[in-house]
Amino acid sequence: MSFYSALSLAWPEVFLAVSTLVLLVAGAVGGNRLSSLVSTLAGLALLVAAALAWTAPHGKAFAGGFVSDEASAFAKVAIYGMSAVAVLLGDRWLTRLKANQFEYPVLILLAAVGMGMMVSAGDLISLYVGVELQSLALYVMAAFRRDDAKASEAGLKYFVLGALSSGLLLYGASLIYGFAGSTHFDVIAKAATGASNTGVLFGLVFLICGLAFKVSAAPFHMWTPDVYEGAPTPVVGFFAAAPKLAAMVLFARALYDSFPHAADQWRQVVIVIAVLSMLLGAFAGLAQKNLKRLWAYSSIANVGYALVGLSTGTQSGAQSMLVFMVLYMIDVTGFFACLSALSRGGKPMETIDDMAGLVRERPGLALAMTAFALSALGLPPFAGFWGKFYVFKAALESNLAWVAVLGLVSSVVAAFYYLRLVKVMWFDAPAGKTDAVPADARGVAYAAAIFSCPVVLVALIGLDPLAKAAAAAFGLH
Amino acid sequence: MGLQAIAFYLLAAVTLGAGFLVVTARNPVHSVLFLILAFFTAAGLFVLLGAEFLAMLLVVVYVGAVAVLFLFVVMMLDVDFSALRAGFARYLPIGLVVGGVLAVEMVLVAVTVALKGAAAAHDAPLVPSHEVTNAEAIGRVLYTDYVYFFQAAGLVLLVAMIGAIVLTLRHKPGVKRQDIAKQVARTPKTGMKLVQIQSGQGVREEGISE
Repeated sequence: MSFYSALSLAWPEVFLAVSTLVLLVAGAVGGNRLSSLVSTLAGLALLVAAALAWTAPHGKAFAGGFVSDEASAFAKVAIYGMSAVAVLLGDRWLTRLKANQFEYPVLILLAAVGMGMMVSAGDLISLYVGVELQSLALYVMAAFRRDDAKASEAGLKYFVLGALSSGLLLYGASLIYGFAGSTHFDVIAKAATGASNTGVLFGLVFLICGLAFKVSAAPFHMWTPDVYEGAPTPVVGFFAAAPKLAAMVLFARALYDSFPHAADQWRQVVIVIAVLSMLLGAFAGLAQKNLKRLWAYSSIANVGYALVGLSTGTQSGAQSMLVFMVLYMIDVTGFFACLSALSRGGKPMETIDDMAGLVRERPGLALAMTAFALSALGLPPFAGFWGKFYVFKAALESNLAWVAVLGLVSSVVAAFYYLRLVKVMWFDAPAGKTDAVPADARGVAYAAAIFSCPVVLVALIGLDPLAKAAAAAFGLH
Repeated sequence: MGLQAIAFYLLAAVTLGAGFLVVTARNPVHSVLFLILAFFTAAGLFVLLGAEFLAMLLVVVYVGAVAVLFLFVVMMLDVDFSALRAGFARYLPIGLVVGGVLAVEMVLVAVTVALKGAAAAHDAPLVPSHEVTNAEAIGRVLYTDYVYFFQAAGLVLLVAMIGAIVLTLRHKPGVKRQDIAKQVARTPKTGMKLVQIQSGQGVREEGISE
């Protein structure tokens, strides 16, 4: 394959990388007064990259290191779209704090390039470099408000634990390379067939541990609540959405493409991680008072549901994982848009008690947050219900009824904290006047809330076949 | 062959000894110096394997940059190392257990790799070719087969650079910076101020107008 046809497959990432560099130079020359312009252009670049990803030709490039197929196109459109929303929310939020810096959109762009590499990875090297590119940008964004002690703590914690997980991932990758003789997924798949594949599986377990850390699945979740609590709210909205989808698709690629013949072995590990995540997210969330921490545990539980879909190892399981993650991404982005919009006397409202009587103060946002809480709870006809519906259906089809039952149990337990938030917002006495709500965050929150309840019913008609085609690209049945 | 074996055992022994002393040396500066020694001897091992380019990289990058940076940090940071060392004896047993488990695991893995791994498929280790040098062999694939990874690694470094600047650069107000254009544009009129001093009033310091 010629270099130019290889480039044409990776055109969205190349476009993003080049626009990142141009915007970086523009920002460095023009300084922070250009930050709004840089943000706008970064958002547009992400939308263009999403369009390019959708129309990109399919195939493999760069000696198999880059894969472009239906799955990567599906994930990239969602990831780049969500990153564009994160650019908008974050830039306006920083502008309101008079702390806008042009590096913020540039870092989101670089993280988006990393996520694009992750979902297109066809080789252990591109897997690792993609993960690292994305994670490094996120570490910096977590500590972006460097004068805030909590944000610095969050950034440092995220960095140190992230480095540890990268070490696990690399150790696993080196073992796999040592036993399979190649970093290429296709060759590893062949090497993992034989009887003497214990060494490869040993490496696979480490690889799964590293990836589980990146999606914040239990028991590798310890960083999540602290980082979510400390990092700036719009940044958390970004953390909880696009990178999770990217890591889940990467997870699927690593397992389905390179270990299709060792499915029985990795399924056990993934099922254990999924069940632990669901239960831990549900039970540990009960004690939380801070909404950001609460939603961190909620995201741990939700990743658990997505992992159930992944662990089935079937096409419908992969489809359920993709549908679930996309619906969850929209919900969680809307929720954090609400949180970033709400403040009282200049102090952000972050605890459940702060939300008391919100419905009388800000009926629109209270209604939106109710929708997100009910959706996360999995009440029909909200988006979250359909995600769980797909996952449990796939689990039942592959004889994982006990996992589905545990999932339902943890949903019921988690219902307590979602409903408590709804109760506090609707029935408690108001806790005082809230500040004016910025238009951008409110717009995103309303859009996500409207998607979560009526629009999802129509959107699923389109999402279902797209996710199915994407799941088919993994070569499962 | 005999000379090579002697060189190997000598270098390996020094590497291990230096590695041990990195952990046990009392003075942190000595630790870093032993680390540099370990890097040097490891570079020697690379040369024995026929990987001269990697050996030079190890010396240039690790000894030249990383270890010297460590040395700077250790010397400049005011860290009370005796306080850090306080629980050493208490944590020694558990440290030994963890280290022992890790060592056993690594030996097992190494043995299995040697017997069953990809290396076992080749009867003899790949003999370095005398037609192309190390650097050329790496260069041939680095910018062709691996160009994608190479460029992506460049982006990772870019993120690291941006991150370091974003998180540490502060524009302090009141810092006097040199502005060459301003200096050149200065005339005797702007650079000098004539003041009438009243006798008995003393002299007041006055900033020179720009």
